[in-house]
Amino acid sequence: MADTVLDVADLEVFYGNAQAIHGVSLTIEKGELLSLIGSNGAGKSTLFKAICGMVKPRAGAIRLKGQNTARLSPARITEMGVAMVPEGRRLFRSLSVEENLVLGGYVGRPGPWTLRKVYDVFPILHERRRYPATALSGGQQQMVAIGRALMSNPDLLLLDELSLGLAPVVIKDIYALLPRILGEGLSTILVEQDVTRAMAVSDHFVCMLEGKISLSGRSDAFTHDQISAAYFGT
Amino acid sequence: MEWINVIVQGVLIGGLYALFAAGLSLIFGVMRLVNIAHGDFIVGAAYLAMVVIQATGLHPLASLFLVVPAMAAIGYAIQLGLLNRVLGNDILPPLIVTFGLSIILQNLLLTGFSADSRKLNAGALETQSLAVLPGVDVGYLPLLTFVAAVALIAGLQYLFYHTAMGRAFRATSDDGEIAQIMGLDNRRVFAWAMSLSMSVVAIAGVFLAIRANFDPFMGPSRLIFGFEAVIIGGLGNLWGTLAGGVILGVAQGLGAQIDPGWQLLAGHIAFLVILAVKPRGLFPRID
Repeated sequence: MADTVLDVADLEVFYGNAQAIHGVSLTIEKGELLSLIGSNGAGKSTLFKAICGMVKPRAGAIRLKGQNTARLSPARITEMGVAMVPEGRRLFRSLSVEENLVLGGYVGRPGPWTLRKVYDVFPILHERRRYPATALSGGQQQMVAIGRALMSNPDLLLLDELSLGLAPVVIKDIYALLPRILGEGLSTILVEQDVTRAMAVSDHFVCMLEGKISLSGRSDAFTHDQISAAYFGT
Repeated sequence: MEWINVIVQGVLIGGLYALFAAGLSLIFGVMRLVNIAHGDFIVGAAYLAMVVIQATGLHPLASLFLVVPAMAAIGYAIQLGLLNRVLGNDILPPLIVTFGLSIILQNLLLTGFSADSRKLNAGALETQSLAVLPGVDVGYLPLLTFVAAVALIAGLQYLFYHTAMGRAFRATSDDGEIAQIMGLDNRRVFAWAMSLSMSVVAIAGVFLAIRANFDPFMGPSRLIFGFEAVIIGGLGNLWGTLAGGVILGVAQGLGAQIDPGWQLLAGHIAFLVILAVKPRGLFPRID
């Protein structure tokens, strides 16, 4: 248990009276890549928001390296080592590419990721560093969003819908870079619509359905049919 | 020559209006807060300067060294203690709260200082002038006010686009939720923005109080001038705010030249015409 980065236990999240997450538990170890799959509205993004502190759970615990973060502010949770690439990227549109990246490093956590290293991994961003972030192509914007998250040198990286709205060839490029990005002992939770891809890149997976976990385990331990049944609830 | 003089004086008073407007524009830009009490804070700053001057004998401009930090601190405290609690998706609560603040401030000033009108005395600065053309004399005070407005807007512009604080302001304005997961505390960012706005309010208040008489109830009309300058210039654009102030000042001057009763009316008409032709102002930056 010493190397458990995140431990979510019996989490319950509500939006008003509507319950979005029903008693979800999961753990992720240091250096592990966990895929979180499930159809739209299954509660994946809500789980991410709860981990980041953007929504407060009604019950249950979220322990980051042993410390319960369920009542902490988003800013404090980022300081403790959680970073997210949000769905739809959500870059700061009045900031340049470089300003977006620099702001990602606002909390000043020490670690391998610096502006220079982000530019090494994504050379195009160095070339375009003075451009307004939203003037870039979708794939380049996704690189900015990933770089911005890495700049805080997180222990846990949440990737929400990396491939949303991107051309297949661009998605392939980004996934090709993933090992280089995650090679630093980073623990990652990946939300991805493309289930085959999500299973291929991950060590473990969790499938959510209507706010509950319908299946979880090693990514190579289940058949397509078993996963399909868990995904659609059939 | 008479008309040139009118335009020159109008441009210079535009600097004062830009000072009224800059603080208003700044907090709207960062947190979408419309501060109805902005004009009353300007008047409050003028009274604060008066008290400081009475206690210390400082020149009004020197009093800024005390009034600016004091107003900045008040702004920080009001944001943290009050306005942050009502900011949210609904724009109505902050509007009502600042409206209430406006009434409270007016009445506190009335109780503390009576309804008598006051003025700050800046000595020779008020009477000396520079003859730029035959028939066109530029007073030191209006010139200094205008220069102060330009310098202040240039400074704010620099702060917004070239400093870490400005980056935090813009990021929070773009997407407050994501700014928080970058580690920015919105409440603090807003408090710094209000603090900055109130520093500008302090400068506006002192220049206003040297130029003209002030009393506890003149805040709302300053608010209107500030609003009009902001809207004419385009929301979120600080240089546009200066342009808005100048247009308002010149329109008022021209109106007064035609008929003294038309001074305020001409300014409002210019505002309405621009609003009709370009509803988003001349140089909008905020969608």
